Amino acid sequence: MNTHYGIYGGRYVAETLTGALRELEKAYFDAKRDASFQAELDDLLENYVGRESPLYFAKRLTEHCGGARIYLKREDLNHTGAHKVNNTIGQALLARRMGKKRLIAETGAGMHGVATATVAALFGMECEVFMGEVDVARQAPNVDRMHALGAKVRSIKEGSRTLKDAMNAALREWTATSGDTFYLIGTAAGPYPYPMIVKDFQSVIGRETRRQCLDRCGRLPDEVVACVGGGSNAIGMFAGFLDDPGVRLVGAEAGGLGIESGMHAASINGGRVGILHGMKAYFLQDANGQMLDTHSVSAGLDYSGVGPEHCYLADTKRARYTVVTDEEAVAAFDLLCRLEGIIPALESSHAVAQAVKDAPGLGPDGIIVVNLSGRGDKDMDNIKTYKVNHGQDL
Amino acid sequence: MDRISDIFASKKPLVVFTTAGYPDPARSEEGIVAAIENGADIIELGVPFSDPMADGPVIAAASQQTAERGFSMNDVLALAGRIRARFPRVGLILFSYMNPMLHFGYDALCAELARIGVDGVLPVDLPLEERDELLGPCRKHGLHMIPLVSPLTPPDRIREIVDGMTGFVYYINVAGVTGARRGLPPDYPQLVEQVKKLTSLPVASGFGIADAETAAEAVRYADGVISGSGFVKALAAGVKEAAEFVRMLSTATASAS
Repeated sequence: MNTHYGIYGGRYVAETLTGALRELEKAYFDAKRDASFQAELDDLLENYVGRESPLYFAKRLTEHCGGARIYLKREDLNHTGAHKVNNTIGQALLARRMGKKRLIAETGAGMHGVATATVAALFGMECEVFMGEVDVARQAPNVDRMHALGAKVRSIKEGSRTLKDAMNAALREWTATSGDTFYLIGTAAGPYPYPMIVKDFQSVIGRETRRQCLDRCGRLPDEVVACVGGGSNAIGMFAGFLDDPGVRLVGAEAGGLGIESGMHAASINGGRVGILHGMKAYFLQDANGQMLDTHSVSAGLDYSGVGPEHCYLADTKRARYTVVTDEEAVAAFDLLCRLEGIIPALESSHAVAQAVKDAPGLGPDGIIVVNLSGRGDKDMDNIKTYKVNHGQDL
Repeated sequence: MDRISDIFASKKPLVVFTTAGYPDPARSEEGIVAAIENGADIIELGVPFSDPMADGPVIAAASQQTAERGFSMNDVLALAGRIRARFPRVGLILFSYMNPMLHFGYDALCAELARIGVDGVLPVDLPLEERDELLGPCRKHGLHMIPLVSPLTPPDRIREIVDGMTGFVYYINVAGVTGARRGLPPDYPQLVEQVKKLTSLPVASGFGIADAETAAEAVRYADGVISGSGFVKALAAGVKEAAEFVRMLSTATASAS
């Protein structure tokens, strides 16, 4: 089995965890061969999540940009409000198959935490979500949702108190409890086999988009755009088009206050190869090889690393990774709200901003698909704070 | 014979882990000196890292605080050099997460460790599947790479892990992170005996060893004991406390073995 993407990926974990990863790998391949597993997953995706999600032509946004037709893949319309649930349903089915009684998860923006708490309730499992203290404060509505769904939320007070530290804490917990506990990783990162599993469960996004685009437009898009933190929604979207060399794959990294400011979370554009969270990948690090704190207006992109397949796609130039600043993301958020009546997540707003930049250059015959990975209800307080701090009208 | 093998041939050694540079550079060095003068046979020098995800609260906090203060791999190497110059016979092992080593460069690091007189490297987050990338440079420069085995490692895998390795085997007593509990699990004797049957290398036992009774119990079965969180905690209280802690463990270890 190929556990690496070029030099990236692998399973850089303490020996104590290697057994749990082997058990997971075996269970996953068994499940993949089992038609009843796939049938149950498909049924839940259709009737519980509400798939397939629409591919919506954003007419007014297209007119505003004056170029390529912009379509939105509406992952924000999924149950729980983001793409995260595609993966949590799949992994929870796997956990149940493995006889695990308890789910643990890390979360940044809280969307993965909510999606994990949701499936834990659905399958009658215990659930504990690890979340950095900073994120607990700035994503309070999602903490309330997790509590309502019966999950415990453990606030992590060490390090930068964001997603990276939540993941450290979850890995520590799993090291001691892997016998009865399933670690449900939310992004296409971590030790093998997680990047593969998360990609497989999220690839429904790309598969549907490819078919919908062919049906509606009679051809493939020129470009698909997704935001990249750890990279799960992006890899899910890209998966549908990796073998279509004519389709440009674009990942928008969180540029924060700009790369030159050092206050960002753009691991590919501003980082270097490192090892953390079980994988070799690009990480933001200082001169001593210590991981740096990150900054982004969007909690879900606020991660110092990025999934290993994205590193590989960047090196091989199959995908292009750009930088979108906080300011550009907030402007794109406003644009989508006012022109289309859609409130996007701040994470997804980075992808919208990139499409707005790219649309004119492609001309009116062009087609861009934006993965609208989540809805922005959870971000209303952050948007308000951002605008007040920057002297903008609410 | 090499230094590490000599030590294990002569006794059941006490191995002491400490985070290099903690609680501050001066006291870290004084603490190591005190540990050696009070009976530590091998020192594991922990490289500070921002994300010590295999460590429990005590070592994790020490590691992060020291990393934040900028104590770098070069500082660790300088400290190791001074210890080596003062104590020619003590065993010295660099204990590190992979990222600081990758960042420094594996080959450059191993060359430097060999030059200083460090005996080996213990990579925390480098299992069998990935270890060739560091094992090559270690061998090239004549350093041991210390393999780790956990209570969850099945016998076939133990065989593969120890095959061709040198120095000693680090047996992790408890499935979990460092410093999470005290004492040994009930199946400890059988599990250590199993590891010893599968390797000709000495087997040192670590995790949960922070008092005389546990150290004595562990060393009845293992070829040596390792203490980490207990020492780091004692050193945070003071160099004198750290010295007493090591004397307590070394006395217990010597009388039991």
